[in-house]
Amino acid sequence: MVQKLGTLTETASQTGGPYVHIGCIPTFAGLPGVYPEDLGLSPIADGAKGEVITITGSIYDGTGWAMRDAMFESWQADGAGRYPDQLGADPAVNGFCRFAADKDSGEFTLRTIKPGAVKGHDGRMMAPHISVWIVARGINIGLHTRIYFEDEDNSADPLLARIEQRPRVETLIAKRIAAGQYRFDIRLQGPGETVFLDI
Amino acid sequence: MTDTGRLIPRRRDMHPVPYDPEYKTSLTRSPNLPLLSLESTPSEETGPRFGHGLIGALDNNLILNFSKGAAPAIGERIRLHGRVVDENARPVPHTLVEVWQANAGGRYRHVKDTYFAPLDPNFGGCGRTLTDENGYYEFLTIRPGAYPWPNRGNDWRPMHIHVSVFGHSFGQRLITQTYFEGDPLIARCPIAATVKDRGQLDQLVAPLDMAASRPMDYLAYRFDIVLRGRRQTMFENKPEGM
Repeated sequence: MVQKLGTLTETASQTGGPYVHIGCIPTFAGLPGVYPEDLGLSPIADGAKGEVITITGSIYDGTGWAMRDAMFESWQADGAGRYPDQLGADPAVNGFCRFAADKDSGEFTLRTIKPGAVKGHDGRMMAPHISVWIVARGINIGLHTRIYFEDEDNSADPLLARIEQRPRVETLIAKRIAAGQYRFDIRLQGPGETVFLDI
Repeated sequence: MTDTGRLIPRRRDMHPVPYDPEYKTSLTRSPNLPLLSLESTPSEETGPRFGHGLIGALDNNLILNFSKGAAPAIGERIRLHGRVVDENARPVPHTLVEVWQANAGGRYRHVKDTYFAPLDPNFGGCGRTLTDENGYYEFLTIRPGAYPWPNRGNDWRPMHIHVSVFGHSFGQRLITQTYFEGDPLIARCPIAATVKDRGQLDQLVAPLDMAASRPMDYLAYRFDIVLRGRRQTMFENKPEGM
């Protein structure tokens, strides 16, 4: 016998199911008025410092079908790379957004400011990125990934450096399609499968 | 000691398998390639906070929140309550818990739910609350009905309530489902069965809690939730291996 550890095991995940929108963004789901507004409508308020950007994309299942029922959450630093609790953080950046694939086209849009580089624990800088969490019917445990930007210097990013197959790095990099506009597609499996994170 | 350490890595074997042939939708929605495993960074260790100003008086009362208190929802009245703690058994205070569920007939108020069980004009099916300083939360609702769904030839979801919890860091984010003690459909459910560890599946089943029920009013079910914890150590500021 040995001493008993007092630690617990994390509760098992279950799929968010097809109606995750009812619980998380009920107005979007067609239940207006239960709450004054849906949570996480925007990660920024007026006056947020930095470049306002729009990221659009789709999320594809293994058959190449753009999923209509996925929900996303994003979390990011402010324009100077500070998270909301940190000293000097921009009060106009709450950093959190919930958004969903369009029920007809499957396309999603995230409007925010481009985050600054964030310092890691070892002092190395992480290139500007937005953390994304994805839930949907058929996804049994929410998927974490990151959005980086084509027009930033990603060469020294510690996370991207850990991706052995270099072409896969591209799956985490949003493509610039116009000033302030980016495209970021997510592929759950198959050719071009997005790098998902266990982090 | 404050919560400043790295997140404890997820034990993926304690979670559902992403790809499960018995749950057909998972086949095309699960990554084929391995996840990239890394130590958490400030991007995962920070997370959104939500204040009490967010929460309305009826938000955690699904019996009344859709009708704004005008008329109660139809169904067996139940209280769902419990604590949110982390893997170090420490309470997770002031964190947002959201729930959603079918009505008493097993029908969701959603444009895509075409099951012919009727909608209840006084039931929306969503609720939210913040845990208190001890990590405690509670909802008043009705027992959701079981319902059929298109998967194998004749699959039925057991009675369940979807639960979403934030914790204090983005890497703790969790969505799960609460099942009810004694429901024979749990053992037949391919979604419940994506959790391969028997003990972990048992932890998704809320026991009847008579001590927390109210005579002549509602039954209670207890559902405690464990989120990822953070490593508690003085050694964090040293480079790896030193």
